[in-house]
Amino acid sequence: MSQTTIAQNTTELAVETSAIIKRYGNVTALDGLDLAVPAGTVLGLLGPNGAGKTTAVSVLTTLIKPDGGWARVAGVDVAKEPQRVRSLIGLSGQYAAVDEHLTATENLEMIGCLYGMKRREARRRANDLIEQFRLTDSANRPLKTFSGGMRRRIDLAGALLASPPVLFLDEPTTGLDPRSRGELWDAIRDRVSGGTTVVLTTQYLEEADQLANEIVVIDHGRAIARGTSQELKRHVGGEHLDVHLARPEDISRVESIVASVAVGAVRIVADESLVSVPVANGVDALASVLASLQSDGVDVVDIGLRRPTLDDVFMELTGHAAEEEAAS
Amino acid sequence: MTMLRDAATIARRNMIRIGRVPEVMVFVLVQPLMFVLLFAYVFGGSIDIPGGSYREFLIAGIFAQTVVFGATFTASGLAEDVQKGLINRFRSLPMARSAVVAGRTASDVVYNGLSVVIMSIAGLAVGWRIRGSILDAVVAYLLLLFFSYSFSWVMACLGLMVPTPEVVNNATFIVLFPMTFIANTFVPSDNLPGVLRTVAEWNPVSTLTHAVRVRFGNLPAGTPEPTSWPLQNAMLYSLAWAVLLIVVFAPIATRLYQRTDKR
Repeated sequence: MSQTTIAQNTTELAVETSAIIKRYGNVTALDGLDLAVPAGTVLGLLGPNGAGKTTAVSVLTTLIKPDGGWARVAGVDVAKEPQRVRSLIGLSGQYAAVDEHLTATENLEMIGCLYGMKRREARRRANDLIEQFRLTDSANRPLKTFSGGMRRRIDLAGALLASPPVLFLDEPTTGLDPRSRGELWDAIRDRVSGGTTVVLTTQYLEEADQLANEIVVIDHGRAIARGTSQELKRHVGGEHLDVHLARPEDISRVESIVASVAVGAVRIVADESLVSVPVANGVDALASVLASLQSDGVDVVDIGLRRPTLDDVFMELTGHAAEEEAAS
Repeated sequence: MTMLRDAATIARRNMIRIGRVPEVMVFVLVQPLMFVLLFAYVFGGSIDIPGGSYREFLIAGIFAQTVVFGATFTASGLAEDVQKGLINRFRSLPMARSAVVAGRTASDVVYNGLSVVIMSIAGLAVGWRIRGSILDAVVAYLLLLFFSYSFSWVMACLGLMVPTPEVVNNATFIVLFPMTFIANTFVPSDNLPGVLRTVAEWNPVSTLTHAVRVRFGNLPAGTPEPTSWPLQNAMLYSLAWAVLLIVVFAPIATRLYQRTDKR
């Protein structure tokens, strides 16, 4: 590959959408979503349940037609040439499943054949991926005997099988334990280092932080912020003051105490008895809050300053916590 | 060409499932066996067919009923694939658009073929015999399977429309039960009262049963020639229905498949 081609590739967009609109009856699932994902990078679509993440992936993977706007994947229009798009993508996630009665090998071989491979080629690739994902010992067992993490790996393997240039991963690690999650992250990083473009949806801020070059925060079908994880954190500003309380009933009193030093919205995580607030001058704020807490006789388990997380970003942008809405 | 290849891949997948899903075994093998034995022994003793044996008369009716109900397997199978998210996976792949449904209806013919084999063995055990020529018998079996195949396309549409696989059984039961009973499947339609008799005579399940019964040589001696046109041309009428169902429902099923989305 020549130098010029490489230079072109870095600016080429693997996924591009313009003002996508999708309605279901009265509900507007996507309300003018714009995305631009340079080839070879990872885009994290971040948002609570019902924000429109899965709908966006469904449009980009040709599963549903948008009511307005357009989308291109690897330069191909998803509405005009859906079949060509399908040969350029891999989809994995909560709603694109594998057959639990088939073995790992049978599932992957079937997917390979449906990508247009010869059976022998499909089987060879299936075995390679099964080995890479360390599932060789279980390769000939029906998937219903697999753990959640093993099943997700096969699901991801299905998306990777034909080595498509663009991968769509819809909440790939939801419900997985930290170890399985880490393993899937490694597998995804591995593909990205080989030049694959990834669009990833997640409710986990940490996941977007770990994997994504760029993050688009969506809420109510609209992009409400975009940038690198660093940029989004900078947007929220300086430091955060966290107060962990001994008694949950003190929460409202502490809320009014920290309000005097707050430079943004006060966040309360009730079941952790945590009050968190962005502050301008960290050390002064800490000292003044601590003094007020002591004079009011509030029992504090822990108090401290920290750098902002994506949780804070979400709170700042939407006025509600990501996990809160996801749970409802 | 791609379509045939992809449909074969899907059919192969469905065939693998046959030995692994207990419900499939029960539905395909045990249920037909049970029907033959129940009807032969419970009704067999009380229903008298002049000039013949009720068990001989009965088998063609059970065959017809079983392949019609067997087609519902297409509906529940597709509904399950939608629910589990497999259809979404298939729809994101660069495969032929009609292949998932075509593969399903094809593999269900094999399921139904197995059912018919089991029923034939059970039938032979309770005294049923093929009295006609081997060629006629082969034609009868092919007609049963072709009719079932065509009905699978109707069921495919249902499977892609219902919200959950459980709805399939309820939705089909209230239609298929009358459809297979208001017919000459278990009693001669001549004995039915007025309107029911006309319905039975024009019911394709009746003509299917009659055609099969005639080809097996199981019509009791001295049975009068049917007076209605469909029964006089049972083979032609049944085939016409089968072709019509495929022509109408195959495009609908393919279109429904393309719009299916698990949300």
